[in-house]
Amino acid sequence: MLEMHYNNRVGHLGGNLSAIDAMLVIHHELMQPGDRFVLSKGHSAGAYYVTLWSLGKLSDADLRTFHKDGTMLSGHPPSRGIPEIEFATGSLGHGLSLAAGLAMAAKLRGQTHRIYCLTSDGEWQEGSTLEALIFAVHHKLSNLSIAVDHNGLQGFGSTAEVASMDPLDQRLAGFGVDLRRCDGHDLDALRQTLAPAGDGCPVVAILATRKGNGVLNFENKMESHYLPLTESQFAEAVAALKGSS
Amino acid sequence: MRQRVCEVLVARAENPNMVFLTGDLGFMALEPLRDRLGDRFINCGVAEQNMISVAAAMAKEGLELWVYSIAPFCYARAFEQVRNDICLHNLPVRLLGNGGGYGYGVMGATHHAIEDYGVLLTLPGMRVYTPAYHDDISVVITQAGDGCEPCYIRLGRDERKIKLPVPAYAPWRRLSPGDGPVVITLGPLASSVQAALEDIGEPRPDLWLVSELPLTSNEVPASLAARIADAGCLCIIEEHVGHGGLGSMMCQWLVESQVRLRAFEHVHALGYPSALSGSQDYLRQQSGLDSDSIRNVILALTQS
Repeated sequence: MLEMHYNNRVGHLGGNLSAIDAMLVIHHELMQPGDRFVLSKGHSAGAYYVTLWSLGKLSDADLRTFHKDGTMLSGHPPSRGIPEIEFATGSLGHGLSLAAGLAMAAKLRGQTHRIYCLTSDGEWQEGSTLEALIFAVHHKLSNLSIAVDHNGLQGFGSTAEVASMDPLDQRLAGFGVDLRRCDGHDLDALRQTLAPAGDGCPVVAILATRKGNGVLNFENKMESHYLPLTESQFAEAVAALKGSS
Repeated sequence: MRQRVCEVLVARAENPNMVFLTGDLGFMALEPLRDRLGDRFINCGVAEQNMISVAAAMAKEGLELWVYSIAPFCYARAFEQVRNDICLHNLPVRLLGNGGGYGYGVMGATHHAIEDYGVLLTLPGMRVYTPAYHDDISVVITQAGDGCEPCYIRLGRDERKIKLPVPAYAPWRRLSPGDGPVVITLGPLASSVQAALEDIGEPRPDLWLVSELPLTSNEVPASLAARIADAGCLCIIEEHVGHGGLGSMMCQWLVESQVRLRAFEHVHALGYPSALSGSQDYLRQQSGLDSDSIRNVILALTQS
């Protein structure tokens, strides 16, 4: 993922690094056949493509086309061409409603598969996301698990500075969800937090994450939302990854 | 028309895949459908953006989706959801917009839909139905329900003073033949146009009604094209703003078809020329869409 973004001079890496651990755990360890995933924070498309690559659904050659002319791998997930991708997202505030629709369809049909949805934290400023949560709780969509990538930074400031929803967990718990919390970079904690289905209501798991996680001088910085890695940041990040493997 | 839509959908509800979403509207109209569909009738509450996205996702799962609201609340409030979630994915969600044009009259401008099909037809794959009569509803609902593309059905009220027979539903219908100017109208306004031109004298206007858009989905009939070329004068009458409506579409058609006219009139909604509100008839009058104004336009065109 670092190479994809660095080689193609693509930004948005910070939110990809905060989200990729959850995406990998959900896809590799939690999702069963028939389960569905909706990436509501479409700007983490790079992490999503890498997750699908890790499942053998995309090739090395596919990843090399990221952000280039003629690619299937646009900066936000496409509506066509990759069967695993349910919906084109990127405009925030759509994904949770789409996930709720999938969950409602399953409930009406008596199907038991689960729907996972990954949202950003800034996205909860969108009224439509709150509309979706009200809907999901009202219809007791316990087959819906919502993971919130709570990295605390958004496009032009921290979520606390821009339009605070803090404390986000308490605010969302007030809607009547099965509220959970964990370290969004602790793989075991992610498994244990996200694995159980909701008890008569949707799950909302607040994942404490770091924007730009794992990249020195990039972590928890606003720059990581938009700016591509510099040469030194890329070299440091690769070295750090090799050192930890 | 809303009651008729309810009756037709109740009959269609034997399809176990049918799901109906409403944005908390339909009181004293949709109860039979609610009772027939049970848990497949979902009141999504006052949350139209969510409703449209939920509909898209359910349609993706193979369910037959109908969404109902006052027209602007389903196409304007949730436009991005229609654009991204329904149309980008080409999902067959049927939007039922009640109160096309100035249909909600004195309820106010927020409830009017005078730019609905112009806006929606900018979206990929979108089809628009504009039924004019009570009798059209069964065919329109069946066609929309069996179709596999997103669509918007603009509902109004059947405006026939006397429920005289009308030509069977078709995308294009000739309401009354004539050797005078060609007049094309759309939706329930057709009855008012027909009444306005009833005793206009010779040469009588050749009155046509279109009920499906865009024009590319149902080509202009050859007989109509020939009449327009022969008459050399054309009048489009619609309860929609001038920009992006049937008038604009027909202008493009004229240019592409290389049809030359000596006279063209476009009678359309002018929005809100004064600060005053009123009934649908009052607001039509403000835009020159009342019977007297229409008649005068056609008379002038006849003499041109």
